[in-house]
Amino acid sequence: MSLSLLFFLVIGAVCLAAAFGVVISRQPVHSALFLLVNFASLAVLYVTLDAQFLAAAQVIIYAGGIVILILFVIMLIGGETNDFKAHQRTWSRLVGLGLGLILLAGLSYSAVQKLLPLPADPNAVLQGGAPKTVGLELFTNYILPFELVGILLLVALLGALVMGRQPEGAGEGIASLKASDR
Amino acid sequence: MIPTSYYLILAALIFAIGATGVLVRRNALIIFMCVEMMLNSVNLTLIALSRQWGNLNGQVFVFMIMAVAAAEVAVGLAILIANTRHRKSINIDEINLLKW
Repeated sequence: MSLSLLFFLVIGAVCLAAAFGVVISRQPVHSALFLLVNFASLAVLYVTLDAQFLAAAQVIIYAGGIVILILFVIMLIGGETNDFKAHQRTWSRLVGLGLGLILLAGLSYSAVQKLLPLPADPNAVLQGGAPKTVGLELFTNYILPFELVGILLLVALLGALVMGRQPEGAGEGIASLKASDR
Repeated sequence: MIPTSYYLILAALIFAIGATGVLVRRNALIIFMCVEMMLNSVNLTLIALSRQWGNLNGQVFVFMIMAVAAAEVAVGLAILIANTRHRKSINIDEINLLKW
């Protein structure tokens, strides 16, 4: 077994274990931390796939932004739902598991049925996926989608602001809010 | 060099775990995280195939998906917080006002 294959297997196992952890954890905070591990190991896999810029973006956006946001919301609204109580409908869980297994069978069948040959030399075009190559591609062939993504982020920012706003008179009983009003 | 198919199978496994999580769990926040995980497994597929065919388009798509995922998280979490203010619960079985 070559060293790179061993590396892939170890990182892939970490990734899968973290994915299981997200689904199985009782506490939402543990789920969020498992999600962080999942994202980090995926970033490592991106480096092995000649996508260095995207690996960095993965760490910054997902691990640094999204997980932190989710953790903030968990701390804001608690998040205990007693998922594992007995009065939950058990058949819905069984059906979910069955459907998941069917999906897994279908997906892995389509991946296994036609094994791809080893790629020629990806470095000729990708050049390790360095920021320069990805940036050149983004700002020449994909400039319009890039600008549209900017507009999308602006709209999402405004939407989140509108929906997350406190309704009128919501902070009535909070002493620190009253103190800042004066 | 590791064959691309291995990456595809790993991505299929993560996607299936995420989808099962969405179906099985009742906590809206955990469902949210599972959706993020599914998006990430698709990103892995795109990057692996981008290397397979020696083509940068896949990596550009992943960049766009990351931006859309960030927007989705911001709006989705805002909806969750607004809903929690009204209903005091994030169990999706209790979020049923739109149900016929």
